[in-house]
Amino acid sequence: MSDRRGGSGALLAAVASLGHRVNDALLRLGFAARFFVMLLLWSGQSFRRLNLTIREIYFSGFQSLLIIMVSGLFIGMVLGMQGYETLQRYGSAEALGVLVALSLVRELGPVVAALLFASRAGSSITAEIGLMKATEQLMAMDMMAVNPIARVVAPRFWGGVISMPLLAALFSATGVFGGYLIGVVFIGVDEGAFWSQMQASVDFRYDVWSGIVKSFVFGIAVSLIAVFEGYDAQPTAEGVSSSIKGTVVKSALAILALDFVLTSFMFREA
Amino acid sequence: MALPADNLVEIRDLDFAYEDRPILNGISLEIPRGKVVAIMGGSGCGKTTLLRLIGGQLMPSSGDVRVDGQSVPALRSDELYALRRRMGMLFQFGALFTDISVFDNVAYQMREHSDLPEELIRDMVLLKLNAVGLRGAHQLMPAELSGGMARRVALARAIALDPMLIMYDEPFAGLDPISLSVIGQLIRKLNDALGATTIMVTHDIQESLLMVDFIYFMSEGKMVALGTPDEIRASQHPFVHQFVFAEADGPVPFHYPAPPLRQELLGKSTDERP
Repeated sequence: MSDRRGGSGALLAAVASLGHRVNDALLRLGFAARFFVMLLLWSGQSFRRLNLTIREIYFSGFQSLLIIMVSGLFIGMVLGMQGYETLQRYGSAEALGVLVALSLVRELGPVVAALLFASRAGSSITAEIGLMKATEQLMAMDMMAVNPIARVVAPRFWGGVISMPLLAALFSATGVFGGYLIGVVFIGVDEGAFWSQMQASVDFRYDVWSGIVKSFVFGIAVSLIAVFEGYDAQPTAEGVSSSIKGTVVKSALAILALDFVLTSFMFREA
Repeated sequence: MALPADNLVEIRDLDFAYEDRPILNGISLEIPRGKVVAIMGGSGCGKTTLLRLIGGQLMPSSGDVRVDGQSVPALRSDELYALRRRMGMLFQFGALFTDISVFDNVAYQMREHSDLPEELIRDMVLLKLNAVGLRGAHQLMPAELSGGMARRVALARAIALDPMLIMYDEPFAGLDPISLSVIGQLIRKLNDALGATTIMVTHDIQESLLMVDFIYFMSEGKMVALGTPDEIRASQHPFVHQFVFAEADGPVPFHYPAPPLRQELLGKSTDERP
């Protein structure tokens, strides 16, 4: 009897804890939506002082250049090797340029650059805002009649949104160069075919533009997650560390999910 | 002591709760202009919450907070920011901006809220830092300061715009006796020099008795006693007596509420905790 009661009690507790989690998640989502609206409302004030946003583009965009370009180069080189290996089986090794460029511009450029950006810049934005909150700097700013969303959050958000498409473009460009280096310089694919097929097959509006749209959407998602996780962090060492982890994990999941949705809308007839 | 009628801060029947946990319960108090007033009580009695309500960072469940005649909970955000420009607040651990220098910390509000030329800001910042004895440290970063120095820089930053009201959250916490006395004297001198009004939340009774005009005592979210330092020293109120003479047990119990020790050690259940 007591066992049965214990069993139903445990079930009840499990259901209650599930309910709590769902409830908390919904509350947090609502808070995030309100936070986003506040962020947009206060952005005007922060744009009037453009140097704040430019400073953040330097910190999150410019300082991510090395990791983005080195990763782009290596991924392009791997694409060159793998692509050549597959294409030459069908006797179409000269299509290597198309394969490398399309893979990078449509998919790998925006997605991998966003994943790298989330771990390199997103995590440091979360850490910075979270620590400013934990050390009462945000509250002090608010008490000095300076809105922390306008002064701290909005510039970091827009810095990320502006940097992301540029980084993705650079990632793709260095990737194409990596593919060229392996395919043409080392393996000896015909250089004219490599470039001319690429030029003929990569459509600006269809391929390049959709890549830009993707990286812009990822930029909004990653930057919003990064600033929100920092702003909403528990003001303790453990809380900030868990927010940083949250930024990396949630950004990665958001990027992959959004990529699936965007791809299925963009390349339907392909 | 009868307080003068001209009050800068007036609080009436203030209630505040975090979700369903009550923090403040029917608080009423007045802070007269030009005075240094301490709000005292044990840790966790709601003192800091009270400061945040005065600064408009929290909204009361009921009751009113008036600062300079304006009802803080009723203000729109731009009006609240306008009021806050006339308030200075010193946070418990200073809350200095760690990525900019001491100079830039003190200059922060001047740059945010005015178009003053940089040479004028420089002179004003150096004067503020001189007032707290740290003009020579203006190029240091906050990480290079000792706890007492950081508190003094934060104090210089709090008075950057010559506020009418200065609020201190535990200004003495974690300071050595020299720094503690320096901060205590600075709070008094700056208040009198600026013609400001000071509210200080603290549990350091001995230092406070030396320098304040008036003391309010809080316990468990309620005002329990008030008086001038002399009245407080002579008070027979059990809470005040326990506080002033630092007695371990009294109205503030030594033990956090718990079931009897024997039951806790021998029994199995811990669910019966009140």
